[in-house]
This record gives sequence, structure tokens and C-alpha cells, in this order.
Amino acid sequence: MVEAEREFVLNAAEERDIRFVQLWFTDVLGQLKAFAIPVEELPEALTEGASFDGSSIDGFARAHEADMIAMPVPRTFQSLPWRPERAGVARMFCDVLTSEGEPFEGDPRLVLKRTMERVRDLGFTAYVGHEVDFFLLAGPDDPTPVDSGSYFDLTPLDSANDFRRGALIYLEALGIPVKDSHHEDAASQHGVDLRHADALTIADSLMSFRLVVKEVAREQGHYATFMPKPIEGVQGSGLHTHVSLFEGERNAFFDPTDEYHLSKTGRSFMAGLLLHAREITAITNQWVNSYKRLVPGFEAPTHVSWGARNRSALVRVPLTKRGKESSCRLEYRAPDPACNPYLTLSAILAAGMAGVRGEYDLPPEMGPDVAADAKAGRDVGLPALPESLPEALAAMRESELVRGVLGDHLFEWFIANKVAEWSEHKAHVSRLEIERYLPRL
Amino acid sequence: MIAPPQRSEPPLVLVGAERDVAASALHADLRSLGYQVASLPFDRVGERPAASVAVLATEGAIVACARASEEIRSSPEDTVPILWVVDPPDLGTLERHNGLFDDFVRLPYATPELDARLRRLRRDAGGADPEVVRIGRLEMDPASYRATVEGRPLKLTYMEYELLRYLASRPGRIHTREAILRGVWGYDYYGGMRTVDVHIRRLRAKLGQEHARMIETVRGVGYGLLGLG
Repeated sequence: MVEAEREFVLNAAEERDIRFVQLWFTDVLGQLKAFAIPVEELPEALTEGASFDGSSIDGFARAHEADMIAMPVPRTFQSLPWRPERAGVARMFCDVLTSEGEPFEGDPRLVLKRTMERVRDLGFTAYVGHEVDFFLLAGPDDPTPVDSGSYFDLTPLDSANDFRRGALIYLEALGIPVKDSHHEDAASQHGVDLRHADALTIADSLMSFRLVVKEVAREQGHYATFMPKPIEGVQGSGLHTHVSLFEGERNAFFDPTDEYHLSKTGRSFMAGLLLHAREITAITNQWVNSYKRLVPGFEAPTHVSWGARNRSALVRVPLTKRGKESSCRLEYRAPDPACNPYLTLSAILAAGMAGVRGEYDLPPEMGPDVAADAKAGRDVGLPALPESLPEALAAMRESELVRGVLGDHLFEWFIANKVAEWSEHKAHVSRLEIERYLPRL
Repeated sequence: MIAPPQRSEPPLVLVGAERDVAASALHADLRSLGYQVASLPFDRVGERPAASVAVLATEGAIVACARASEEIRSSPEDTVPILWVVDPPDLGTLERHNGLFDDFVRLPYATPELDARLRRLRRDAGGADPEVVRIGRLEMDPASYRATVEGRPLKLTYMEYELLRYLASRPGRIHTREAILRGVWGYDYYGGMRTVDVHIRRLRAKLGQEHARMIETVRGVGYGLLGLG
């Protein structure tokens, strides 16, 4: 099998006139890393992998093992559509190995594969879909919107139509399943739905997606950002994550007799998400800026709540249409698109599966007033999501669940890195402080 | 609407074993891979028809298996490649019989692996592209992993290629998603059955609008390839 895959890649590289192959992997913070090898080195790279210096990669560096191996996964071979047709460039995702050839415990892809195996061992297959939001802005140092459209607008105002068309063509060529793309609420904000697939495919897809979007924006003279809250006072960018569990052909979340069409498995999965939500927030919302999105009034969740219609709930149960049992799913609304998708999906699946395994009971649905009450500062009677990165880190530090998902190496590194990020921010004197305090104090 | 596929006869595989294998899983798997299968006990492999590959199962009788290989090799004009299906307990003595087989798989094997090894053996044994598959305007050459529609090369991933090949080598029939998943991805895959849907969608996108209808969906059943377009 593996041999046939390698042969396929070698043939495809030749036939498609590929000159360089980019080897892709992901650091702990979810940044795409890559290096290119000339096609002549491909046969060796496919069997032995290609070495690189891990000491400069976030989360990989350990004094005694700087040499690492990127082992390409032949099934992910794709030519890059924005490179020339002739003398082209292709890419493959890689598993990261230590210099001894062992799977490297700091590789986020390994974490997700391990999590998926645990799901499978319980007899299920998990499917995931993403709604990815992002902004098109003037430049990396200039957050000026490039259009003034709003949700589902399709007008000449929407100068970004060309952009979406261009991006969709590239995404299709890369085999990334796009379901829908539309203008989001805020000016210059866009949303794209990535179709459900297995978690590893979706995480790989999000890595490609972020690159494609940035590439197309650059071609058209704009700048695309997945920063959770780039502009104060308007909606931030979320990564709403839809999850379902299947047993063979059967959707294990679906039960037609239940009020919400949710089976016991579906209810326990949701209960697991709710119970462990605070612990996994540092993973799903990993930047200081992430917490400026999780505030009342912008359709982002602020409390540990669930509901069928409530768009500020943390977990939403989209209505299942008659005859569409297979689409029965849960929507986890906390993550933002600047997360590491491998770790985020691992954390979500682990939290849900803890609920299924422990047969957690689901608390009653929360009323539609949570958002309004929270905005007005009233007690909503529910646990709040962490309001800041240090609060999220404190919850994560106590979590056996997250430690089990990430493994000790990643867990420790992640917390240390994020504590350092916060130290820098907490010492920063902001413009708001100068405006408020300097004239008065 | 089903156009007759333009293909040659399915290749013949000789299966040899100590016991009768006609009813065994190996026999069924080879058939599911699109081969004609002729089974013979070890002591009669000399009477074999002209097969394109010989598959011998050691079944704990590795010495008898080796003798059967020698028997096949003894006729100088016959260069049929030999694949052994090895029981794990036989692995220890495999070394002694080097040269009597061209490749082997160990039990339990994954069907796609068996398929890949057989195809490679047949290709290495020469024979001018006997199994280029043509259906309508789709052409697939397993030797070069090339797939074209009206001469336009399709830029497929490995799994897309294997899925299309699976459907193209069994045209005009509808296959359940389960059968496709087992035949193309093998058992040890954690993506689940909807993975098939995802890949079908991608294949249709790459076939292009005019040819996407080649792949037929039968709701609630599965997929098949028609000779349209």
C-alpha cells in the first residue's frame, strides 16, 4: 500500500512537471511551517523523510534533539494551484519524527491522530465541519475594511466577490470541500463553510485554507487576517465547529423521539463539552486577543450554555430537518480561526467523548436571555467562560483531560509559552489607559 | 444508458495451497479485486493454465509451498511471478526459501496491499499495458497512475485515483459505500464511510461539469461508474 502511494507520488510529480515539493507541518501554536526540496530528492524523502532543524520551531525545540525528520504523507500530495503550471510546486503534509524515527510527541498532527484512535476504540467515527470567519483589510498594519457589505450581501459594493471566486477556485483545486461562502456581518468580514469530513482532513484543510486565503488576498492587493478581534466594536472572527458521531452508517447523535432529536450519546457528548469547556478554552482560544471576541453583544459565547436557537450559546443544536438524520450535529461556538486546528479538534473530541464515556447528564437548556443579561451585567446563573488568557490557563493547568490529550511535553510547553505571552501583555500600557488616566491622575 | 466497457478479459491468477482454497477468503478477495481465479492444490500446480500471477498460501506447510514454487519455476519458458501469502509462524523459516517467491504478504493482509503487490508484480513481469481501463472518455493507466478525460490529465490525489480506479474497473455496477471503503481504504482507516462521499465529490469536481455525471449516486445504496460522456 505504502509503496503504491509512493509510486503514485513519483509518477504524479513527473507527469505534472513538478520541480519542488514543499513539506508542510504545523508548530504547536498552529503556524504552518514548510521547507521545499527539489524533486530529485523526492524518492529519498518519501522513504526516509527529510531532516530539518527543529530548534527554531515553536514547541519543538529541546536542547538535546534539534534534528528532526519530516516524513511526508503521500496521500496529501497536491500541486499548488497558484504556482506556474510548468515547473510547478506541490505540497505534502508531514508527520514529524525524532532523529531516531519515532513519532515526535510535540507534533500536533500526532495528537489529533491519537485522539481519533481513542474515538474509534469506543466504536465511533467523528465528523467535523468548520465555519471560518476572516477579515479582508488594507494591510497588516492598517485594519481599514476594503468593503462595506454585510451579511449575505451580493452587490457591487462587495468588491470582494472576485476575491471569494478566486479563493474558491484554488480551494477546489486543492481538494478542500467548500460548502458555502458568504459575506459576514461586519464590513470586510467573510465566512466560508468547510464541509464535514474526518477530523484530520478538516484540520489539514484549515491549514491549507488559511494559506490560500492569504495568498489570494495578496494577489488582489488586500490583506487577509484570522485574528479573532481585529476591529473594536464589530463582530470578531469565529471558527464555529460542527461535530457529529457515527456508528457505521448511523448518526449516533440522532433520536427522532427526543425533543431536540438528540440521542443519549448526543446529550452526553454535549454535557462533556459543557463540563470541560473552561479547561479547553486556552486551546480553542489561545491568544490574548481571543478574549476580546468572547464578550457580550457580538454573538460570541460568554457563558457555559447550550440552546437550540440561541446564537450566543456556547453549544448550539442546529435543527435537524426531517429525513436528514445524517446532518444531526452539535455546534461548538467558542473557537476562533487563529487556533491550532489539530489541538482544538482534539480538545473538543476529548471533552465530548469524556461525556459519552462517563454518561454525563445534560443540564436543562438555557433561556434566550443569557446574552442580554450578560451584557447588562446581570447574574446569568451559569459558569462564565474564562475572560482572559491567564484565567483560561489557570483552568487548563488543573485539567487532567487536557494533559491527557496533549501529553506532558506539549502540555508543559504550551502553558510556559502562553504565560510568557501574557507577561508581555500585562506590562503593556495601552492607549486607552493613557486617554483615561493621564488627564485625571 | 450503460455503455459496454471496452476492456480486455480480467487477468487470471493461479492460487495454490496445500488444502482446497476455493472457498477461502483469499479466493474471494482476489475475485473482488477483479481477477479470474483458478485454484489448484500444491501437487497439481504443474497443470496450471497460463496465469499472469501465481499466489501460493504457505498455511503452515511452507516446505510443500516451496516445492510448488520450484515446480512452477522448473519450466524455463514460464516466468510467471510468484507471490506468497505467509502465515506468521512461517515467517521464521521464510529466509531459507529466498528466491522461490518474488514478493510476499503476511496474514492477515490488507486487501489494498495485496492488490498493490499483485499489480506491481504483473507490471514488473512485463506485458504491454494489458489493463489500461477505458470507459467512455475516461482512460486510466495503472502502470503510470495516469488518468485522463478526453486526453486532459486529471490531477488526482492518490486516494482519488484509487477510488476512480476501483469504480472504473467494475463499471456499470453500483457499489455500497462499505464495499468501496473496504476495497479502497482497507479496514484500518478511521475516516469512516462518509469519507467515500467526500472523495466522490472531489472526483466529480475534478472530472468537470460535463463528465461529473459519469459517477452515479444511488441514494441509500452507493456509487457506480457509467460509460457516459
